[in-house]
Amino acid sequence: MALQSLDVIRRSATSTSPPGQRQTQEVVKLIDISKCIGCKACQVACMEWNDTRDAIGINHGVLDNPPDLTENSWTVMRYAEVETNRGLEWLIRKDGCMHCAEPGCLKACPAPGAIVQYSNGIVDFQEKNCIGCGYCITGCPFNIPRLSKRDSKVYKCTLCSDRVAVGLEPACVKTCPTGAIVFGAKDDMLHHAEGRIVDLKSRGFADAGIYNPQGIGGTHVMYVLQYADKPEIYHSLPKNPSIGAMVGIWKDGAKPLASLLFGAGVIGAVLHYVTKGPNEVSEDIEKEFKDEKRP
Amino acid sequence: MGATFGRGAMTNHWVDIKNANVVVVMGGNAAEAHPCGFKWVTEAKAHNKATFIVVDPRFTRSASVADIYAPLRTGTDIAFMGGVINYLLNNNKIQHEYVKAYTNAALIVNEGYKFEDGLFSGYDAPNHMYDRSTWAYETGPDGYAKIDTTLQHPRCVLNLMKQHYSRYTPEVVSNICGTPKEKFLQICGILAGTAPPDRTATFMYALGWTQHSVGSQMIRTAALVQLLLGNLGMPGGGVNALRGHSNIQGLTDLGLLSNLLPGYLTLANEKETDYRAYIDKRTPKPLRPNQFNYWSNYPKFHVSLMKSWWGDVATKENNWCFDWLPKLDVEYDILRQFELMNQGKMNGYFCQGFNPLAAIPNKAKLMSAMSKLKYLVIIDPLATETSCFWENHGEFNDVKTAEIQTEVIRLPSTCFAEEDGSLTNSGRWLQWHWKGAPPPGDAKPDAEIMAGIFLKLRELYRKEGGAFPDPILNLTWAYKIPHAPSPEELAKEYNGKALTDLTDPKDRTKVIVKKGDQLDGYGQLKDDGTTACGCWLFSGSYTEKGNMMARRDNSDPSGLGNTPNWAFSWPANRRIMYNRASCDPSGKPWDPNRRLIWWDGAKWTGADVPDFKPDSPPSEGMNPFIMQPEGVGRLFALDKMVEGPFPEHYEPFETPLDTNPLHPKVISNPAARVFKGDREMFGTSKDFPYAATSYRVTEHFHFWTKHTMLSSILQPEQFIEIGEELAKEKGIKAGDWVKVWSKRGFIKAKAVVTKRIKPLQVNGKTVHHVGIPIHWGFKGLAKKGFLANTLTPFVADANSQTPEFKSFLVNIEKA
Repeated sequence: MALQSLDVIRRSATSTSPPGQRQTQEVVKLIDISKCIGCKACQVACMEWNDTRDAIGINHGVLDNPPDLTENSWTVMRYAEVETNRGLEWLIRKDGCMHCAEPGCLKACPAPGAIVQYSNGIVDFQEKNCIGCGYCITGCPFNIPRLSKRDSKVYKCTLCSDRVAVGLEPACVKTCPTGAIVFGAKDDMLHHAEGRIVDLKSRGFADAGIYNPQGIGGTHVMYVLQYADKPEIYHSLPKNPSIGAMVGIWKDGAKPLASLLFGAGVIGAVLHYVTKGPNEVSEDIEKEFKDEKRP
Repeated sequence: MGATFGRGAMTNHWVDIKNANVVVVMGGNAAEAHPCGFKWVTEAKAHNKATFIVVDPRFTRSASVADIYAPLRTGTDIAFMGGVINYLLNNNKIQHEYVKAYTNAALIVNEGYKFEDGLFSGYDAPNHMYDRSTWAYETGPDGYAKIDTTLQHPRCVLNLMKQHYSRYTPEVVSNICGTPKEKFLQICGILAGTAPPDRTATFMYALGWTQHSVGSQMIRTAALVQLLLGNLGMPGGGVNALRGHSNIQGLTDLGLLSNLLPGYLTLANEKETDYRAYIDKRTPKPLRPNQFNYWSNYPKFHVSLMKSWWGDVATKENNWCFDWLPKLDVEYDILRQFELMNQGKMNGYFCQGFNPLAAIPNKAKLMSAMSKLKYLVIIDPLATETSCFWENHGEFNDVKTAEIQTEVIRLPSTCFAEEDGSLTNSGRWLQWHWKGAPPPGDAKPDAEIMAGIFLKLRELYRKEGGAFPDPILNLTWAYKIPHAPSPEELAKEYNGKALTDLTDPKDRTKVIVKKGDQLDGYGQLKDDGTTACGCWLFSGSYTEKGNMMARRDNSDPSGLGNTPNWAFSWPANRRIMYNRASCDPSGKPWDPNRRLIWWDGAKWTGADVPDFKPDSPPSEGMNPFIMQPEGVGRLFALDKMVEGPFPEHYEPFETPLDTNPLHPKVISNPAARVFKGDREMFGTSKDFPYAATSYRVTEHFHFWTKHTMLSSILQPEQFIEIGEELAKEKGIKAGDWVKVWSKRGFIKAKAVVTKRIKPLQVNGKTVHHVGIPIHWGFKGLAKKGFLANTLTPFVADANSQTPEFKSFLVNIEKA
């Protein structure tokens, strides 16, 4: 990759347009589940590069560890044992931020500039602007961001925006021993994925395909799946992810009100309401994304 | 593999896996234990359309990316592979020309050889050993083995082999292994598809084969299959031993086993006091005409080693100091060491980079043994369990500290990243590495610690004399800083140098190597005392051109991944051993798309260093396995294996069947050594109904990484794995604490309940497996745990004395 600019194209809770002169390439991290051996090297590389350390925990009766994403574990391997018509499959999925083209977190965020999207597609949290409300967690269709108990800020995978900015691949890509994780220009990655799908089909995976869900405008982290018709068997990867209805309500009406209430400290009630909201497609919010003109 | 091919190491190398059409991982779990090397399996699949097969008691991380997975009961690999051999022979799916020319299929076996009711001829029942004299060729008056190239003779190797494996029908295989018959046949069919000369299969194995009481013979079954299929010596073929430590290949190469000298030269036994007899026994006569018979150079390697050790003092007159070498009464392998310690006969122990309390079976016996030591010296970067065996850690290490009188001395050493040096990987590459950081505290490199001990000892011998001071006082010690030999100095010593000007044998006026210069390779070694070489196999790794191990040119002119200028590969920078066998007898590559070496009319040439006499034309009839006196791969191992010339299925010493379906009177390896008292500590299926197997998981490396933060985060706490069916029977849920016990002790761990371990139907019985990862202990950052080897039996492979960690019996209940 050539040196990547980090031009911001979207900024949370900000109505002024970002600068739009420069054209930059969209990037994609492609995770080929059929090549992944679940070695967790990516988890180590992520912790090392980002200098995060979870506590030494316990075994929960599974190999997954840490058992879930945390403010210190921005990626975890999720292991699913599934009986298929081909016999047992052990489907191992590297979970983490998908860097949605239409990021629900960013839409939901009330704090100006706490979440930004760069022109290369990376969605990044700017913790210094984060107010710890947790709305991004509700807004995320993949259940990714985690609130830190230590500083009440929200953390997730940055797609190593700091590395990408200087022309390096993300740390997990660099370390992956089998080449299951690759990184590059979106078109190149889609082309690579097509080759992988041909190989998988030749091995009898008739439904092999790419996971790049359109309900959120596609993602900048994509999967090659052996069973693309059943993403849910990959440890509950959502089949048709979309941004929750509550985010739409929030955008349309509640946000100005909430901004006022914020100072009064009544946010807890809203949060409760928001978190209980159903996880459905909001046509309004989808439309809003589609209408938006990208620089 | 040494018995079959002549050298006991990975035949090919990691990168070469990408050239395979079929990859078999059996007796190993490469994705889990060798994730970096495993990339070449991924390459073979993605770019060579390879079919990937995994056979294992557990559906492993390797199996998760396999095209075909077949389960088998732990310890039954010989039955499975014997079945494959039977399939190939019955269905005529062998590469005939290769088998005839490059194996001992056509050679005729001594008529005294027999196999009956589970025993080969010559069994000495009271001593649990064989008289192996009938396991030989029938030889003519010329000393050469007799041959029947028509393969009609009833005692030619191929016919004996057919007869031997005819018992291993698919039904028998399925009955012993628990492998579904159709899965077994599917795998046979895929392997058979590599019999044509332009198709290859590669076998990748590791400790899943070596750690059985019949481990060496398991490995030999793969060797036999590969010879029958013509896959040996071929790019994308071979039998590939994956090493469990980054430098364990280097350890054996340098002779750090009790019966070896560097370069697989062997120590004399106590009866071999005559130098000439010692040398003659190790310098074989050719068994077929016109063979290279490379071990005929044994005297050159041996004399050069003695010159390296004792310099000018080693002379022809004193037999190059042969009398100063120790003479073995028995082999002092690790199990014998602890047996002797436990008997009170071994009183002091030096333990360098080794954690035997964790790594050797039957912890209770080890504790008893170590508690009887007068002193124990530990050289290690970590505070290992062994170095703290006397500490009480509650249930995890329940000892009475006050009753242990052993004096423990800890000498902190550097870890690999804190020193320069070379590591020899599985693929025989000696790769130089550079220090990444200074060591903490008082830690010193191992060479410095050993030098310190040596210099002190020498001083004491000088001052006080002693029973036998000569070998110590005369040892060559010409390092610039005597108390700190540098890695470069040691590497140069292994490579070897000329002690006088070496001249061209064809033109005595021409000097090839000047006195004092580094040798170019072991071809220049002499048996007249004019060369010194610390390890003939490493000769060529540090020449006058510099440190060949430090080369980092990854250019690959052939496209086969051979990278001849990347590091140094023993022997002689050959990347694929026995590569002469990649050509037909006329010298033409079997596969025009995989041209490794070939005869160009005048010499052997190509993309690799020929593993052959470079100027021997095909018409001369020299065979490709140059380390063997007959030049061919041995389907019949002669007397080189202690329990028989053909691999035979014997049950683990603890078997859930309590019988051997093939021969109920001979259940387990009849030639394995079991010490008095250990046999009584074997359990039976009545009290211990479940087949257990121990193993590593990818998050950890042996017992080291529980000392590191990141690995401990990834897999923090001890667990065992059981199938859903057994869990249901026992009322165990995922995450429950369970107690697992064998006749030797118990551990407690969390239960991982999985679909990946299925009950198997074996000989009319349902056999459940209990999987036991080994990585925990009472020292380190991860949660404290029990040493898994509390459970394992004190018995080992009859040839290598590698303990049977992979197959034993346990019971389990919710804790």
